[in-house]
Amino acid sequence: MTKPLNSEVPTSLVSRKAKVRMNIIMLVVLGFYLFSSFMTQSSITRFDSAFFINVWEMVVQLFPPNWGYTGVVWEKLLETIKMALIATTIAGILCIPFCLLAANNIVQNKVLYNATKMFLNIMRTIPELILAVVFVGLFGIGVFAGILALIIFSLGILAKLISETIEAIDMNPLEAIRASGGNTLQVIWYAVVPQVLPQFVSFTLYVFEINVRASVVLGFVGAGGIGLILRQQMSFLSYQNVSTIIVITFVVVVIIDYISNKLRGRLV
Amino acid sequence: MNTQVPPKTNRKPMIIVRNIGIGIGLIALYVWAFATIEIPWARIFSEKTIANFDRVIPKLFSPDFTFAEKVLDYMMETLFIAFTGSFMAAILAVPFGFFAASNINRNPFLNTMGKWILNADRTFPEILLALIFVVAIGPGAFAGVLAIAIHSIGMLGKLYSEVIESIDMHVVEAMEANGANKIQIFFYGIMPQVIPEFMSYAIYRFEIDVRASTILGIIGAGGIGTLLVISSRNRNWDEVGMILLVIIIFVSIIDYISTAIRKRIV
Repeated sequence: MTKPLNSEVPTSLVSRKAKVRMNIIMLVVLGFYLFSSFMTQSSITRFDSAFFINVWEMVVQLFPPNWGYTGVVWEKLLETIKMALIATTIAGILCIPFCLLAANNIVQNKVLYNATKMFLNIMRTIPELILAVVFVGLFGIGVFAGILALIIFSLGILAKLISETIEAIDMNPLEAIRASGGNTLQVIWYAVVPQVLPQFVSFTLYVFEINVRASVVLGFVGAGGIGLILRQQMSFLSYQNVSTIIVITFVVVVIIDYISNKLRGRLV
Repeated sequence: MNTQVPPKTNRKPMIIVRNIGIGIGLIALYVWAFATIEIPWARIFSEKTIANFDRVIPKLFSPDFTFAEKVLDYMMETLFIAFTGSFMAAILAVPFGFFAASNINRNPFLNTMGKWILNADRTFPEILLALIFVVAIGPGAFAGVLAIAIHSIGMLGKLYSEVIESIDMHVVEAMEANGANKIQIFFYGIMPQVIPEFMSYAIYRFEIDVRASTILGIIGAGGIGTLLVISSRNRNWDEVGMILLVIIIFVSIIDYISTAIRKRIV
C-alpha cells in the first residue's frame, strides 16, 4: 500500500493560529460580559417569578388606556412636532457653512478642515438629553431649551452626512466653472448645490424623523414637549394616562416615519 | 456662432400646480409651527438669563477635576450597562433576524409580522422602556440594561435580517441537494456567511448604546446620568462640565476603537 503523496490533510479551512486568536477574543468578550453583568447585577437569576410578576403588574396597570386624556396629549404632541420641525429647519440652514468647511474637496486648508471635523464630532457625542439639561439650566424650563438642544444635536449629524455627500460629488463641473472664471460662491451655487440638493433634503427629512423621536423625551428634563406630561403622569402613578400618551405618540411617530421614508425614497 | 440657449423643457401644467400646492403647504406648515410655538422671549432675553450665562458658562468650561474619580466610576457603570445590554441584544436578535428574513421564513404572513415587531420595537425610545422597568423592578443598573437590550433588538434584528436576505442561497441549495439537514445547513451554510457582518453591527450598536446609556440615569436607571441630574439640580456647573468632558472623551474613544475593529472585520 502506498502512502498518499500529501499525507497532511488540512483539518480545517482556518489556520490554527487564527483559531487560537479567535478563541482568546471570544473568551475576553465573554469574560467582560460576565464581569459587566456582575457589576450591573443583571444575572440570569434575576429573571425569576418575582421579576415577571412585577413587570406583568406594571403592564396590566397600563391597560386600558384612558382615551379621555387624548386632548391634552394631542396638544403636547403637536408642540413636540413643532419643536422638531423648527429645530430641523434651523439646523438645516446652519449646517450649510459647516458641511462645506468639513468637505476636503471644497476646503483646501487642512487646519480649518480638521478643526471643523473635530467640532462636529464633539457635537455628535453629546446626547441631546444632556444638552437639554444644560440649556434648561441656562434658559429656564420651556421649549426654547429643547429646540436649542435639538439644533445642536442635529447640526452634528446633518453636517457629517452632507459633508460626506459633498466629498463624493463629481469634481469636473467645479473645475469647469473655475476655469471659466467663476468665483467660489458661483462654484458652490452652480456646481455643488445641484449635485447635493436631493441628498440634502433627504438627510434633513431623516434628521427630522430622529428629532421627533428624540423630542419625545426632552420634556423629562423640562425642555418642553410630550415628555413633560409623560413624566408628570408617571409620578402621579396614573398609568392609564401614561399608556394613552405612549400609544398616541407611537402611532404618530410611525406615521411620520412612514411619510418621511416614502418622500426620501422618491427623492434619491 | 450659434449662441442660442437651449429651449427650456415644457413642464406639464399638472406638475406646476402640484409644486405650487406643495410650496403653499410647506409655507403653511412653517407659519403654523413658528406662530404657535410658545417661547417666552421676554424671559429668555431677560437679565436673569445673562446672569445665568455669566455664572454657568465659565464654570462649565473649567471642569472640577477633584470630581473626576466619581465621574469615572459612574462612566464605568454606564459602559457596563451598555455592554451587557448590547451583548444580550446581539444574541437575542439572531432568532428575530432569521424570523424577519424573507429567504428563511417563507411564510409571508409570519415574515411581515416579524418585520413589524422589530419596527415597533425600534420606534419605542429606550428611555420609555427604562421608565417602565424602573417602575416595575425598582431603580438601578438592571433596569437600564433591560431597556438597552430590548431597544437594541429592534435595530439589530432588522440589520441582521437584511444581512441574511443578502446571503448566497446557492450554498444552501447545494447543501440541501447533498442531503444536509436543517441544523447542518444553518451551521455550515448560513452562519459562516453572516457572522462577520453580525459582529460588525453588534459593535456598531454598542457604540450607539454607550451614548444611549449615558442618559438612562436621568430617570434612575443607573449610569452617569444619575450624577448629571444631581449636579445640575444643585447647580454645580463645574461638575456638569467634568461630566460632559468625560462623556465626550469616552464616547470619542469608543467610536474610534469600534470603527477600527469594524473595518478589520468586514
